[in-house]
Amino acid sequence: MIAMSTRHILLGLLASGPSHGYDLKRRHDARFPQARPLAYGQVYTTLQRLVRDGLAEVEGTDSDGGPERTVYRTTDEGARELSRWAGETAPPAPFVTNEIFAKVVVSILGGGDPAAYLRAQRAAHMERMRELTAVKTAKGADLATVLSADYALNHLDADLRWMDTTAARLTTLTAEVDAA
Amino acid sequence: MNNAATGEPLLAARDLVKTHGRTSALRGASLDLRAGEILAVTGASGSGKSTLLHCLAGIVRPDRGSVTYDGQRLDRLPEKRLSELRRTDFGVVFQFGQLIPELTALDNVALPLMLAGTPRSRAHERAGEWLERFGVRGQEELRPGEMSGGQAQRTALARALVTDPKVVFADEPTGALDSLAGEQVMTALAHTARESGTAVLLITHDARTAAYADREASLHDGTVVAEDAALEVTR
Repeated sequence: MIAMSTRHILLGLLASGPSHGYDLKRRHDARFPQARPLAYGQVYTTLQRLVRDGLAEVEGTDSDGGPERTVYRTTDEGARELSRWAGETAPPAPFVTNEIFAKVVVSILGGGDPAAYLRAQRAAHMERMRELTAVKTAKGADLATVLSADYALNHLDADLRWMDTTAARLTTLTAEVDAA
Repeated sequence: MNNAATGEPLLAARDLVKTHGRTSALRGASLDLRAGEILAVTGASGSGKSTLLHCLAGIVRPDRGSVTYDGQRLDRLPEKRLSELRRTDFGVVFQFGQLIPELTALDNVALPLMLAGTPRSRAHERAGEWLERFGVRGQEELRPGEMSGGQAQRTALARALVTDPKVVFADEPTGALDSLAGEQVMTALAHTARESGTAVLLITHDARTAAYADREASLHDGTVVAEDAALEVTR
C-alpha cells in the first residue's frame, strides 16, 4: 500500500535543488493548495529520517540575514528512491469503504426509508460539488487548485452515479436484504 | 455567489401535464425560476426534462397547468405575441448549437439583433463583443463546420445572450462535448449569466454540469421529485 508520502513529496521538492525546512514547507503548501498544510515539526522530523536513511544529507547552513537554518540536499540514493516511487502505480482501490451503502442496508434492516436517505445524501453531495465548482471557477484560481477540485468533483460524481443506480434498484435490494 | 433574487419568481410552472401520443411526458410538474439565478433541472433520459423546458420557453403549450412569465400566462398568449416574447426575452441553446451552417460565427450571433431591426454594422459590432466574451475572438469569419464543438457551442451561447434576454434556456449544452470543452462552455455561461443578471434554466443529466447552478430540481417520470436543501420548488 502506497500512502500519500510526505517523505517522497519532500524528496521531490529537494530534487529541484538544496533547500531548508521552512522553504520546503512553504513550497509544499503552495504546490498542493488543497492538501492539509504541512506542520513545521513534521517537516523537520521527516528531513531527519531522510538523512538517517541515507536519502538526503545536510549541505550546510544558511542564515540569509535571519535565523540560521540547516540546508538539505538529496543523495543519489534519494534520487533513485524518488524515481522508483514516482513511477510506481498507486493500487486501484478494489472495494473502498462505503459508508453510504452501509447506511442503505442498515436503513432497510431497521425498516427505515433508504430512498429518502439517498435523496438527502445526493443533495449533500451536490452542495459540495457546487462549492468545489465555485472554487475552481473563481477568477484567478491557479491550475493546481482547478485540478485538485476536479479530482474531488470526479469522485463525488462517481458516488452520485452509484447512488442513482442504487436508488433505482432499492426494491430488489430490499427483497434480498429481507430474505437473508 | 448565489445572486438569485428573492421575491416573486420570474418564471413559474404549476402542475404541468403534457402528453405525446400515449406517452405522458409531464405529470404535474411545478417549478419556479427566479430572476438572475441558475437552476439545474436534472433527471434520467425520458424523465420529462426537455418537455418541461419547451413548455417554460413557450415552444410547446402544456395540455394542463400554467406557465407564468413576468406576470403573463404564457400558455394563454397568442402565437404572435409568444414568438415576439421568445425573441426579446428568451435565449435558447440546445445540445447541438443549431447555428446556421451557411453563416459565419459573426453573422450567426448578429442574426437575432438584425431580425429585431438593429442595423447590420451595429449588430456586427455587438456580435463581435459577445464572441469576445465567450472566448471566440479571431474565429468570427469561420462557419460552424469549421469550428470545434466547443467553439460552436460558445458561439451558440453568444447568440442566445446577444439580445440581453431575461432567461436563457440551455438543453444539455455540454452533452456533445468532451469534458474540458464542456467545462469551458459552462464556465463561460455561468460567468456571463451572473455578470449580466440573466436567469438560466439548465437541463442536464450530468451532475458536474449541474454543479455550476445555484440549485437543482430533479425530475422523475414527469414530476419534480427532489430538490436540494436550498430549493423551494412548489409541488
